[in-house]
Amino acid sequence: MTAVSSRPRGSSQPKGALAESDFAADSRPDEAFGEAVRSYLRRVRGGDMGSLPAVLGLIVLFVVFGLANDRFMSALNLANLVTQAGSICVLAMGLIFVLLLGDIDLSAGVAGGVSACVMALTIVDAGWPWWSAMAAGIAAGALIGVLIGVLRAKLGIPSFVVTLAFFLGLQGVTLKLIGEGGSVRVDDPVIRGITINNLSVAAGWIIALAVVVGFGVLEGYRYRNKKALGLAHPPLGVVVARVIGVAAVILGVTYVMSVNRSVNPNVEIRGIPYVLPLILVLVIVMTVVLKRTSYGRHIYAVGGNAEAARRAGISVDRIRVSVFILCSSLAALSGIIAASYAGKVSASSGAGNTLLYAVGAAVIGGTSLFGGKGRAIDAVIGGVVVATIANGLGLLNQSSYINFLVTGGVLLLAASVDAISRRRRSSTGLG
Amino acid sequence: MASSTEPILELQGVNKSFGVVHVLHDIDFRVYPGEVTALVGDNGAGKSTLVKAIAGIHPIDTGTYLFEGAPVTVHRPNDVSALGVEVVYQDLALCDNLDIVENMFLGRELKNRGMLDEARMETMARDALKSLSVRTVTSVRQTVSSLSGGQRQTVAIAKSVLWNSKVVLLDEPTAALGVAQTRQVIDLVRRLADQGVGVVLISHNMVDVFEVADRICALYLGRVAADVKAADVTHSQVVELITAGRSGSLGLAPAEAAESM
Repeated sequence: MTAVSSRPRGSSQPKGALAESDFAADSRPDEAFGEAVRSYLRRVRGGDMGSLPAVLGLIVLFVVFGLANDRFMSALNLANLVTQAGSICVLAMGLIFVLLLGDIDLSAGVAGGVSACVMALTIVDAGWPWWSAMAAGIAAGALIGVLIGVLRAKLGIPSFVVTLAFFLGLQGVTLKLIGEGGSVRVDDPVIRGITINNLSVAAGWIIALAVVVGFGVLEGYRYRNKKALGLAHPPLGVVVARVIGVAAVILGVTYVMSVNRSVNPNVEIRGIPYVLPLILVLVIVMTVVLKRTSYGRHIYAVGGNAEAARRAGISVDRIRVSVFILCSSLAALSGIIAASYAGKVSASSGAGNTLLYAVGAAVIGGTSLFGGKGRAIDAVIGGVVVATIANGLGLLNQSSYINFLVTGGVLLLAASVDAISRRRRSSTGLG
Repeated sequence: MASSTEPILELQGVNKSFGVVHVLHDIDFRVYPGEVTALVGDNGAGKSTLVKAIAGIHPIDTGTYLFEGAPVTVHRPNDVSALGVEVVYQDLALCDNLDIVENMFLGRELKNRGMLDEARMETMARDALKSLSVRTVTSVRQTVSSLSGGQRQTVAIAKSVLWNSKVVLLDEPTAALGVAQTRQVIDLVRRLADQGVGVVLISHNMVDVFEVADRICALYLGRVAADVKAADVTHSQVVELITAGRSGSLGLAPAEAAESM
């Protein structure tokens, strides 16, 4: 047998002068800021809209609800909004992994319910400490993910059918665990604290500033590096705009959360709810996994063209099982956050519109239902939009039928935007 | 002369059956480094089966598979790619949602402390395209969905340069392309061979074959009708070899040709 080095040959090629058409766009010293904006607008018109509709929609929602009800913009309500969005965002993050492969997990919501139930029962009945109960809950979620993933990948049952079966079956499991109609209280101070306790104001500002500075330094470092090596890079203006945008959002949220939001003048409530840094950590980890590791790259590849991925030596089945495990594990965490917010786990935990909210969040944020396109941050942007709708309509004292109609309508709208932009992308040849 | 050197890849007396259907009969096939070997034949002549046998997708029943003069056993596609043999399929197998660099390194990403080494991958991908004088791609960070058919073919072929392949099999690379794009791909095939790679070109297009091939191997009903230098035969002789299995003194003996009918 001949040993063939896997060292690519390209590096040993002599570097010739570049012809004008040779990757002209890459080697052009610095694309002007205006040109970058124009090419972004071109991409948007071509159907590559990303999170733009969600961000615009969020602004519209804030204006409408803010005008309709003066309590909407109060610090108390905004803090409430953040904790409401928490479980939706985490569930949507899990779903994004599955959606990236072009699959769906309809059982994610109730998988979260079962997991929260396992956690609550191990605390109440078995007297476990919070951390081992939480681990047991997440392990229960992971186990559900293994079963779904194996049935989908190895038997080839469409994910829609497998997870619909689990959606029904897992509700039975929750009922059996809790007992008909009952509920289990979640009193553990740490678990409850995820949503009802806050960081101190000083800690909140320190974390916010550290994140902003860290992000700015990282972006600047990467820009300088890419430029020095002559790699494709966005113009400096875009990098600066991105850093300023992220800084404005993070510092703005920190400011709002640092205002005293108590309605009782004798008590002071201020600081960032613990769930927010938890989501921030999850977003950062998930972004690194998806964009900076070969595992993440393989997820995109399988979602884009499973046959090509298989020929490139990627184990498609293994990737598929792993994303269902990740999805159900994150769903378990989401169920635990929801239980923390509600203070109890009931037979209907995770059922109803929980899943619809999360799928809606992912799609509204810009993740495609057709696979191969999506980012971790989509879950947060979309999750905030969905939570804003639920929160705003709740404040307006609308009957719950309106809430269902509006959320269903928004999901349909987001899916239509996704389908149309996909068609436009393929007709304009943009990615 | 290139043909005086040792073949880099050689099949001797290869047979392959699917159930009772005997598809390949005692195939002798050689690929020389630095040469383009065209594999021609009518539909059903066994071209695809032969390529898949070389690629390790269909293991051979009997016969010898030699690589660089030494017999090798091939069971899976991975065995073949480990030898340095790359197959560029007709349907290309690229991921539309990934960019050029990501596609060229798919499944073999370079890593630096566990993270993807984007800088090195981008530089190498660009150098590989440059070494093939690819001039039609504006940015290596374009997604593949924005590329034309010819550009996609180019990316698929450049991948084999990147990975230092010794033999590249191209399955109908020009089948779906327009005139100018076909031109680009044919030039690319030539440059690939000039870099010392053994290239196998499967094609129905005689113009392309005569333009770029050094040797022509014609299959007729699962047998090698002729394995000749392109300079020694004419266009019409090759067409006769493809359609009838023989042409004048070339090709299968009449009895053999009739037997395989």
